[in-house]
Amino acid sequence: MATIRQLRRRITSVRNTAKITNALQLVAASKMRRAQDRAVQARPYAEKIQFVLSGLASATDRGEEAAVHPLLVERPVETVGLLHVTPDRGLCGALNANLNRSATIFMTEQPNAAQLVAVGKKGRDFFLRARANVVAEFTELGDYPSELDTSTISKLIMDDFTEGNVDRVYLSYAEFVNTAVQRPIVKQLLPIAPPRMTDEEEAEAYRQEYLFEPSPTDVFDRLLPRYVDMLVYEAILESVASEQSARMVAMKNATDNASDMEKELTLTYNKARQEQITTELLDIVGGAAALEE
Amino acid sequence: MPLTVEIITIERVVRVEEDVEVLVAPGVEGQLAILPRHAALMTTLDYGELIFRRGGREESFAIAGGFMEVRGDRVSILADQAEAAEEIDIDRARAARARAEERLRELQEGRAQSEADLARVQASLQKSLLRLRVAERRRRAPGAPRPGG
Repeated sequence: MATIRQLRRRITSVRNTAKITNALQLVAASKMRRAQDRAVQARPYAEKIQFVLSGLASATDRGEEAAVHPLLVERPVETVGLLHVTPDRGLCGALNANLNRSATIFMTEQPNAAQLVAVGKKGRDFFLRARANVVAEFTELGDYPSELDTSTISKLIMDDFTEGNVDRVYLSYAEFVNTAVQRPIVKQLLPIAPPRMTDEEEAEAYRQEYLFEPSPTDVFDRLLPRYVDMLVYEAILESVASEQSARMVAMKNATDNASDMEKELTLTYNKARQEQITTELLDIVGGAAALEE
Repeated sequence: MPLTVEIITIERVVRVEEDVEVLVAPGVEGQLAILPRHAALMTTLDYGELIFRRGGREESFAIAGGFMEVRGDRVSILADQAEAAEEIDIDRARAARARAEERLRELQEGRAQSEADLARVQASLQKSLLRLRVAERRRRAPGAPRPGG
C-alpha cells in the first residue's frame, strides 16, 4: 500500500500539473482568437485579388507563348517542391504527427525525391531525421507571423520555380476547420491555377467595363506574385490558428484528466487515512481493555 | 455622390472611409486624382503618398506599391504595404534614414559590392524618406485644407 505521505505528495503534484495545463489552455485560447482575428483582417484583400484575377485570367490566353507569365508555366514535372508548414512547438496533440504523416504520404507518391522547404521546427526536424531533401528552413516565425516574414518565404519559392529548380510546388499545412478539427492538406501552389469566373460572358463584361493602366496584361502579371504571397500568408496564418486550437484542446484534455486523477487519488488517500485511524483506535481500545483486566 | 475608399493590405484593413471628396494616388504613370463618378479603373500603384480629402480635411498614407480599383463610387486600394500618417513613428523613420544613408556611403566607398545590397539599401532609404515626408506633412498642417496633391 502506498503510504499516506506518498499519496499526499502525489496529489499535490497532479494538482500542480493541472494548474500548468490549465494556464497553457488559456494562453492557447487567446492566441487562437488573435490568429482568427488576423485571418478575418486578411480576408478582404484575398477576396479582392481573387475576384480581379478571375476576371483577368482569360486575358492571358494571349496566343504568343513568350507572353505567358513565368509563374503560370506548366512544365513536365521532374522535381516537385513542397512547402511544409508546421508548428515550432509540441504539446498540441496529434497535430504535428498528422502533418508530417500527410506530407510523407504525399512525397512517397512523387516519382522523384521532392525538394522540401520547411516552415516550423517540427516539420524540419522530422524530415531531417528522415533524410529528406530539405533545401531551406524558416523557423521561429512566432505566434503572429507578419506578411514581411511570409513574403520572404514565398519569394524563395517563386524564385525556385522560375529558375526551374522545381517544376511544380505544393503547399502542405493544417487547414483550420473548426476549434476541434484541423485537417492536414496538400494543395498545389505553383504554377498558379488562377481562379476563373465560371461565366465567360461575365469575365468579358468585366474586362470591357474597366480601364486598365498600363494594360490588362501588365496588371495581371503584377497581381500574380502578390497572389502567391497572399496564399502563403493565409496558409501560415491558418496553421497558427490550427496549432493553437489543437493545443487548447490537448491542454483541456490534460486538465480534465488531471482533475479526474486528483479525485481518485483523494479517495484513496481518504480511505487510507480512515483505515489508519481505525487501526490506531483499535490499538488504543485493545490496550485500555488489557489494563482494566 | 462621394467616394468610399478602402485601403487594404494582405495583413489587414488599414482604413475604410466614406464621404471622400477627392483621392490622389501614386500611379505608375504619374499621380492620379480620382473624383466621384470616375470611370471603372484598375491600375498599378507605385511607391508614394496617397492623399484623400474628406470634409475639408486631408489624410495621407505612405503606400509601398500595389493596385487600385475604382468601381462606381468605391475605390479599393490593394497596397503591398500601407501606413497612415499618424501611425508613422517619426523618430524611427529618422533613425532608419540615417542608417540607410550610412550604409549607402559605405557601399559607395566600395566596402561592399553586391548589387542586391545596393538595391536593398536604396529601397530602404526611399522608404524612410517617404515615411518622413508623409509624417511631416501632417505635422506641418494638421487638418488644414490644402490644394490637392
